[in-house]
Amino acid sequence: MITLKNINKNFGKLKVLQDVNLEFKAGECIALIGPNGCGKTTLIKSILGMVLPDNGDILLNNESILKKFDYRNHIGYMPQIGRYPDNMTIEQIIQMIKQIRNSKATLDEDLIKAFKLDKMSDKQMRTLSGGTTQKVSATLAFLFNPDVLILDEPTAGLDPLASEILKEKIIKEKNKGKLILITSHLLSELDDMITQIIFMQDGKVHFHKTIKELLESTGENKISKSIATILKEKQHEQDN
Amino acid sequence: MNRIIKIVLLDILKNKIVVSYALILALLSWGSFMLENNTAKGLLTILNVILFTVPLVSVLFSTIYIYNSSEFIELLLSQPIKRKKIWISLFTGLSVAMVLAFFLGAGIPLLINSPGMAGLMMLLAGSLITVVFVGLAFLSCILTRDKAKGIGLAILFWLYFAILFDALVLFLLFQFSEYPIEEAMVGITALSPIDLARIQILLHLDQSAMMGYTGAIFKDFFGTAVGLLISFLLLVLWIAIPFLVSVRKFETKDL
Amino acid sequence: MKLHFCLPFLLFFNCFWAQTIEVGANKPIKTIKEAIALAKSGDTITVYKGVYQEGNIIVDKKIILQGKNFPILDGQSKVEVLSIKADSVVVSGFKVINSGYASLNDPCGIKIYNKTGVVIKDNVLENNFFGIYVQKGTNCIIKNNTISAHQKEEQRIGNGIHCWKSENLQITANKISGHRDGIYFEFVSNSVIWRNISTANIRYGLHFMFSNDDAYISNVFKNNGAGVAVMFTKNVKMFNNYFEENWGDAAYGLLLKEISDSYIIGNKFIRNTSGIYMEGTSRVQLEKNIFKDNGWGMKIQASCMDNQIAFNNFLANTFDISTNGSLVLNHFNNNYWDKYEGYDLNRDGIGDVPFHPLSLFAVITENNPSAMLLFRSFMITLLDKSEKILPSITPDNFVDETPEMKSLQL
Repeated sequence: MITLKNINKNFGKLKVLQDVNLEFKAGECIALIGPNGCGKTTLIKSILGMVLPDNGDILLNNESILKKFDYRNHIGYMPQIGRYPDNMTIEQIIQMIKQIRNSKATLDEDLIKAFKLDKMSDKQMRTLSGGTTQKVSATLAFLFNPDVLILDEPTAGLDPLASEILKEKIIKEKNKGKLILITSHLLSELDDMITQIIFMQDGKVHFHKTIKELLESTGENKISKSIATILKEKQHEQDN
Repeated sequence: MNRIIKIVLLDILKNKIVVSYALILALLSWGSFMLENNTAKGLLTILNVILFTVPLVSVLFSTIYIYNSSEFIELLLSQPIKRKKIWISLFTGLSVAMVLAFFLGAGIPLLINSPGMAGLMMLLAGSLITVVFVGLAFLSCILTRDKAKGIGLAILFWLYFAILFDALVLFLLFQFSEYPIEEAMVGITALSPIDLARIQILLHLDQSAMMGYTGAIFKDFFGTAVGLLISFLLLVLWIAIPFLVSVRKFETKDL
Repeated sequence: MKLHFCLPFLLFFNCFWAQTIEVGANKPIKTIKEAIALAKSGDTITVYKGVYQEGNIIVDKKIILQGKNFPILDGQSKVEVLSIKADSVVVSGFKVINSGYASLNDPCGIKIYNKTGVVIKDNVLENNFFGIYVQKGTNCIIKNNTISAHQKEEQRIGNGIHCWKSENLQITANKISGHRDGIYFEFVSNSVIWRNISTANIRYGLHFMFSNDDAYISNVFKNNGAGVAVMFTKNVKMFNNYFEENWGDAAYGLLLKEISDSYIIGNKFIRNTSGIYMEGTSRVQLEKNIFKDNGWGMKIQASCMDNQIAFNNFLANTFDISTNGSLVLNHFNNNYWDKYEGYDLNRDGIGDVPFHPLSLFAVITENNPSAMLLFRSFMITLLDKSEKILPSITPDNFVDETPEMKSLQL
C-alpha cells in the first residue's frame, strides 16, 4: 500500500534518513521503534508530506505522493503533541476538521463516545489537560475512516483506561484491513496490536520483521524482551 | 481556503492581545481627538501610531502567533490541503484581523473626526502598513526555526524600518549635502514602507508646505495621481515580495 | 477797488450756491463727462444707477462725485476708469469695473495723480488691473472700499491699493482680495493702515518697502500667497494685526527684511508656514504676540540683532524658533512656550529652569533643508528628546532664562 524507495534526508550535516526502503501493506499494524533521534518521526512526516525527502520516492497505492496533497484524504494522523487554536472548543475543532476535509464518507465517531468527549464538547482547548488533548487528536485521526492510520506515540499521556480504549480501537481497525503505523517507546504497550516491527537507528532501518520472525529469532515470547535482547547483542558487538 | 481563513480569523479576533490592541488604539485616537479639540493634533497622534505602534504590534503579534500555531499548521498539513493554501490562509486571516483591529480602533474615530482625504489616506496607509508588517512577520518566521530568533528578527525588522532606516537617510543627507540629491531621496524612501506611508500622509495633511523645496519635489512626484498610484503600488510590493519569498520557503520547508 | 470788495463776497456766494448736478438715464444729463464739464469747483455730481461706459473719466475739478445705488463705471478692459487730477476730490458710492491692463502705465480703477486731500470711500472695485492707485498723494483717505479681482494670470493682475511716494495717507477699513499685492506701499511715510482685511491675494497681503514712520493696526491678512512683507524700513509700528493661514513653500505670516527700530506688538500669527521670518532686522521689539499652530513660530536669521522678544505666547507650533547660525544676539525674556517642561518651585510664575526654544531638528533642517524629508519621523522625535536632555548641537545661549509657567493673557 505504501512504498518508500531510497529515501534520504539530511538536516544540514545530520543524516536523518539514509537510504530507507520499506513497504507496508493493508491490514498490517507496524510499530516503528528506535532510540530518540533515530528518524522515526521524520519518516512519518515524510509520508505525511511535512518533511520533503532529499531524494527517493514515496508511493501510496502505486502513485507518488511527493508534492501532492489529495492523498492525505486516505490518511489519519495523530501527532505526538497536538496543539489546537486555544480559543476553540472541542466541538469547534471537530467541526473545523470536518469542514476542512469536506468528506462525504461516513464518520467514525466511536472514539468521541468512548472518550466521552461529547460531554465536554464546549470546553475550550486551552483548558484541556494533555491527556484530553491526546484524546481529541486520536478522535480526529480515526474520524474519517481513513485507509492508513499514522499514530505518533499514541498512548503517551493517556490514562490506562483511555489507553486501553485506544488500543482496542486500533485492533478493530486493523482487523478491518487498514494499514496502521505506530511509533512508540513503550514496547510493552505494543504486544497485542502489532503484526510487524521496524527498528530504526541512526536514520537506517535496522530490521523489518514480522512479530513471529522476531520472537523466533530471539527465542523470547514478549516483544519488549526480544528487542532488549537485540539491543544487548548490538551493544556487545560495539563493545568488542 | 475560506474555511481556514475563517477559522484563523475567529481565533485571532477572540485573542485578548488583539482586542486590547484595538481598545488601546481606540483610546488613543478618541482621546487625542477629544482632548485636543483640534483635528490636526488628533491626526498627528494617529500618524505617530501608524508609524510606530501599528508596525510593532503587527509584526510582533503575527510572529508570535505563527510560532504558536506551528502545531496547528502541522495538524492542517496532515489534512488534505495544499501547503501554499495553508500559508496564504494564515496570512490572510492574520492580515484581515489586524486591519480590522486597526480599523475599529483608529479608523472609526479617524473617519468620524476627519472624514476628508487626509483621514482616508491615513486609514489606507495604516491598513497597508499593517499588512506589510504581517508579511514581514511571515518572512522572519520562515527564516528561522527558533522562536526566540524569529521574534528577534521581527523586532529587528521593525527597528530597522521605524528608526534605523531614517537615521541612515539622515546620515546620507549630510554626507551628500553638497550634491542635489533630493530626487535620489525620492527613490530611497521607496525602500522603506513606513517612510512611504509617512510622506503620503504628510502630503495630505496640509503640512507639505513645511517641507520646503524637498516637499515640492515630493509633491511633484508623490502628490500627483501617478505618484499616488506608484507609492501604493510600492506598498503593495512591500507586502507581496516578503510574503511570496516566505511562501516559496514554506513550500519546501520541513516541519 | 470794487473787485477787492467783491472777492470775499463772491467766494462766499460761490460756496453757498454750490450746485448739485444729477446724472442718469432719465435725467437731463446722461454722462458723467458732460457733468464734469459743466461743474464748477465745489459742485456735487450725483450719479444714478446705471452702466456708464465712457472710457477714461478725468476729474480735474474740485468736486464731490457720488454714486447712488452703485452706478457702474465700466472701463471695458480698455482704459483707466477714473483719473483724479484735482485736489480734495471726493469719490464715493461707485462700482468701478474692468479697467484696461498694460504693463507700461498701470491703468487703474481709480488713480490719484499728485494731489492732496482726495477721499475715496464706499466704492466697490471689481476686476481692475490696479484697484486704487495713489501716486504722490498727500493727506488722502482711502476708506471702506471693497476691491477684488478674479484674473488667474499673475501678469494681468496689479495691486489692490497701490501707494507710491505719498505722505499722510489713511487706508482704513477696506476689503481687498484676489489682487497681486493687497496693499502696496513704496516710499510712503507718516501713514496709517487701519482695520483693513486683505485676503487671498496672489502675492502679499501687504507689501511694504522704503516706507518709514508708518503704522498698521488691527488689519487682517489671511490666506495670501506669501503673507505680508515689510522691507527696508525704519520705525514701523505693527499693532494688533492678524496674520493667518499663509501656507506655502515660501509663505510667511510676516516677512521682515532690513527693518530697524520698530514695534511688533499684540499681533496674532496663526497657521502660517512661518509666523515671522526675519532677516537683517535689528532693534525691533516683539511683544505680546501670539504664535499659534505655525510650522515655524519665528525664523530668525543670524543677521538679526538686538531684537527683544518678550511676553509672547508660543502655542502648538511645530518649531517655535529656528535659526541658521550659532550666533545669538537677540534676547528672549518672559515668553510662554507650550513645549516648556520645567518647574516653578518658588511659585513666582517664572520657570526655574531656562528654556531652549531651538530644537535639534530645526537646526538640522536649517543646515540641510532636504532633511525635512524626515519630518515627523519617529527617529527625529527620539533625537529631539535626547537633545533636550543633553544639548550638544544647539547653541546653549539660545535661551529664555525666564520662561512663563502659564500662557499670558493677551
